[in-house]
Amino acid sequence: MTTTLTKPPADTAPKPPRRGRRSRAARAGGQLHAGPIAYVILTLFAIGSLFPLVWTAIAASRDNQRLAETPPPFWFGSNLLDKLEFAWKDANLGEAFLNTTFVAGVSAATVVFLSTIAGFAFAKLRFRGRNALMLIVIGTMMVPPQLQVIPLYMMVAKLDWTDQLQSVILPSLVSAFGVFFMRQYLLQALPDEIIEAARVDGASSWRVVWHVVFPAARPAMAVLGMLIFVQTWNDFLWPFLVLTQTGNPTVQVAVAGLGRGYTPDQSLIMAGALLGTLPLLLVFAIFGKQIVGGIMQGAVKG
Amino acid sequence: MATRHDTAAPPAKEGGAAPARPPSDTVPSQDAKKRARLSRRWQRDVRWSPYAFVSPFFLLFLAFGLFPLLYTAWASLHTVELTAPTDMEWAGLHNYTRIFDDEFYWNAAKNTLTIGIISTVPQLLMALGIAHILNYKLRASTFYRVVMLAPYATSIAAASLVFVLLFGRDYGMINWALHFVGVDSIDWQNEKWPSQIAVSTIVIWRWTGYNALIYLAAMQAIPQDLYESAALDGASRWKQFLHVTLPSLRPTILFTCVVSTIGASQLFGEPLLFDANKGTSGGSEHQFQTLGLYMYEQGWVSQHLGRASAIAWTMFLILIVIGIVNYVISRRLRASS
Repeated sequence: MTTTLTKPPADTAPKPPRRGRRSRAARAGGQLHAGPIAYVILTLFAIGSLFPLVWTAIAASRDNQRLAETPPPFWFGSNLLDKLEFAWKDANLGEAFLNTTFVAGVSAATVVFLSTIAGFAFAKLRFRGRNALMLIVIGTMMVPPQLQVIPLYMMVAKLDWTDQLQSVILPSLVSAFGVFFMRQYLLQALPDEIIEAARVDGASSWRVVWHVVFPAARPAMAVLGMLIFVQTWNDFLWPFLVLTQTGNPTVQVAVAGLGRGYTPDQSLIMAGALLGTLPLLLVFAIFGKQIVGGIMQGAVKG
Repeated sequence: MATRHDTAAPPAKEGGAAPARPPSDTVPSQDAKKRARLSRRWQRDVRWSPYAFVSPFFLLFLAFGLFPLLYTAWASLHTVELTAPTDMEWAGLHNYTRIFDDEFYWNAAKNTLTIGIISTVPQLLMALGIAHILNYKLRASTFYRVVMLAPYATSIAAASLVFVLLFGRDYGMINWALHFVGVDSIDWQNEKWPSQIAVSTIVIWRWTGYNALIYLAAMQAIPQDLYESAALDGASRWKQFLHVTLPSLRPTILFTCVVSTIGASQLFGEPLLFDANKGTSGGSEHQFQTLGLYMYEQGWVSQHLGRASAIAWTMFLILIVIGIVNYVISRRLRASS
C-alpha cells in the first residue's frame, strides 16, 4: 500500500502533487486517507457533541452549592445516585417511562405498517390520482404542528382526553415523512419483476404485500421505526399541552416540569434530563451503525 | 423515476393474470371461463387495492391533519377563549388586522428570522465541512458518525436544560472559559444578541451531526470519475471540492436548507425552556421569543385561541412563501445545469 503516502487532507491548501502521484490520488477520488488535522477536527467535534451530555451527568452528581461556584465542576461528585433516585420519584419518572415507551412503541409500529403499505402503493402500483395524492403527502410535511394543536386541543378537551395517552398517540400516527421514506426505498429496493412473478403465480395484492413487500422492505422498516420512536420519545409541544406532570406525563413533560420550585435544584433537573435521555443514548450506542446507515440511505434517496 | 414504473405495470392490468397469449393459440373454453372469472377478480383487486393501501394514512390525515388545519383557519376568524373553546364569536379578520399593530408579533417574527439565520447558516456550513472530512478514509469512522448523532438522540428538553446551566451568567462553563480570553461575563439570558446566540447554539448542537451525515451520504454518491477527470485537468483538492463536490450536492443542500428553515420557523421548545425564569415570553424583554412561543403565549397563557390561530396561519403562509421561493430556485438550478 504505497498510496498511504498521499498528501494529508486538502483543507490545508495542498501544492499540486507530482504527476504520477496525482493519477493515484485521482483514482482514489474522495477516498484519500485522512491526515492528522482531519482527526483533530473530528475529535474536537466529537468532544463538542458529547460534552453537554457528560456534563449533564457531572452536574447531576453535584449539588446546588457546588454549581454556584467558579470554576464549574469538571468531574463527578458523590451525589449521582441520590439525585437520580430523587429525580425518579419527584418527577414521576417511572410512570413517565412506561407511558413514553408505550406511546413511542405504538406510534412507531403503526406508522411503519401504514407507511409501508402506502409507500408500496405509491411506488409500485398504478392508480388514478396517484401523483396528486403523493403531492398531498409531500405538502402535509410542510404543515407546522402549531397549526394543528389548537383544534386538536379543542377535540381533546371536548372528548375529555386530557391526561390520556390516546390524545398523544393518535395525532402522532400521521407521518407523511414515513410514507415518503418508504416510497423512496421501495422504488429502488423492490424490482417490478418480483411483483409480476408473484402476480403470475396468482397472488392477490394483499399477499404480495405480505410475502414480497414486507420482506423486501424490512431494513427500511427497521430504520423508520427507530426514527419514529426517537421522534415520538422526544416530542415536546403537543404532549406538553395535553398531558400534565402529575397526571400521565411522558418523559419530556416530566423532565420539563422538574425543579419548578422557588429555588430550583439544578442538579436534580440535570438528573432528570439525564434519565430522560439515557435510554435513547443506549439504543444509539448499541444500534449506532445501523441507525447511521439508515439515515444515510434515506438521505440519498430523499 | 416514478414514470418508468407506470409503464411497467403488472400484466394483470392488461386483462389477465397470465401474460396474454397470441390469438392463434387455441384455448379450451372451460379454461377461458375460469380465466375470465379470475381476471375479473384480478381487475377489481388491481384497481382498488392501491386505494385500500393508502386510505389508512389519508383517513388519519383527514382527522388529525387536514381537519385541524381548516378548523384553525375557521377559529382564527373568531374570538375564542381557552376556557370555553366551543364558544365562538365571529370576529372577521380582526385577529389578522390586529397583528399589524402588535409590536410583540413583529418582535417575535424578527427574532424567529434572526435566530433562524444564526442557527441555520453555521449549522449547515459546519455540517458540510465535517461531512467532507468524514468522506476521507478514516479509522474509527463509525465511531465518529455515531458520536455526532448523540445530540440528535437528545431531547429538546434535556438539551435546553443543560445549556441553560452552561450559559449561566455567574457560574456557567462558557463564561468561565471566555474569561481566559479576556471576555467579561456575558448575560446570556437578558441581553438580546447573546440570548439569541445561546438559543441558536442549542439548535446547532442538536442538528449539525445529523446534517453532516446527510451530506456525507450525498458525497458518497458522487461518481468517482468526476474527481478523476478533474484531477487530470490539474484541479487541486480544494478546486475539486468547489467545482465537483458542491455542484453535485446542490439538491441535497437545498433540501437541508428547506428542512432547517421549516424547523427554524417552528422553534418552540428551545426558547421556552431556555428561559431560566420559566416564563413564556422568551425572556424578560421578549428578547428571544419566537413566533411559535408567541403563539403559545397568546393561546395558552393569555387564553386567546382565536388570536393564536391567526398567528399559526401567518406562520403557515410564511412557510408557503418559502416553499414557492425554493421551488423557483430549484427550477432555475435545474434549468442552468
